[in-house]
Amino acid sequence: MLLIAEYLIAALLVIGGIFAVIGSFGLLKLRDTMQRLHAPTKATTVGVGSALIASMAYFWLFQGVISWHELLITLFLLLTAPITANFLAKAQMHLAIAEKDLPPSGVGTQWATYDEELRTVAPTLEDQPKS
Amino acid sequence: MILDLALNFAFVCFGLGLLLNLYRLFTAPGVPDRILALDTMVINVIAIVMLFGIKLGTGMFFEIALLFAMTGFISTVAFCKFLLRGDIIE
Repeated sequence: MLLIAEYLIAALLVIGGIFAVIGSFGLLKLRDTMQRLHAPTKATTVGVGSALIASMAYFWLFQGVISWHELLITLFLLLTAPITANFLAKAQMHLAIAEKDLPPSGVGTQWATYDEELRTVAPTLEDQPKS
Repeated sequence: MILDLALNFAFVCFGLGLLLNLYRLFTAPGVPDRILALDTMVINVIAIVMLFGIKLGTGMFFEIALLFAMTGFISTVAFCKFLLRGDIIE
């Protein structure tokens, strides 16, 4: 029983390591910045997730301690990875791609980040009426 | 036995990923690519810290990994916000 668990944890560690290398290599290999966003935010999160699950199983089976920290870290990483990817894509859209070169959004309106109402939703100091 | 082998393999893999990210950080074509490389480095470092926790058999490394995850996320968001608005807290 313990031997099976050991093999399972070893398999999780190996899969996590391979996924991490693929994610980091994709960052170098892919051509476009928008394509490069895919590699680390998916593959590395899977790699770290399986390493964390391996750590949790190790401490549970070999030391008799159930620790929930790993699940917390995995949850946090899975929650924050899409947010950072979204922010980076938005920054890339505004910095490097002209508005007319963007691909169609597919819903009849333009991309939401270019909406005029959204641009002026946060008033700055210059907008305040001077008394 | 097999666990030690797998652990060493995982160390090599995550370290190689960290080196590739460092190379990308220096040779990135644009600023968002650099931020992406930094974010991936943070994720790899979290994994390495967790593997050290398994290797040494202590639970002390969880807090380090959790803090690292939080600071990495917040720094990435702050970088992106600075790129988009020219300011972090408006």
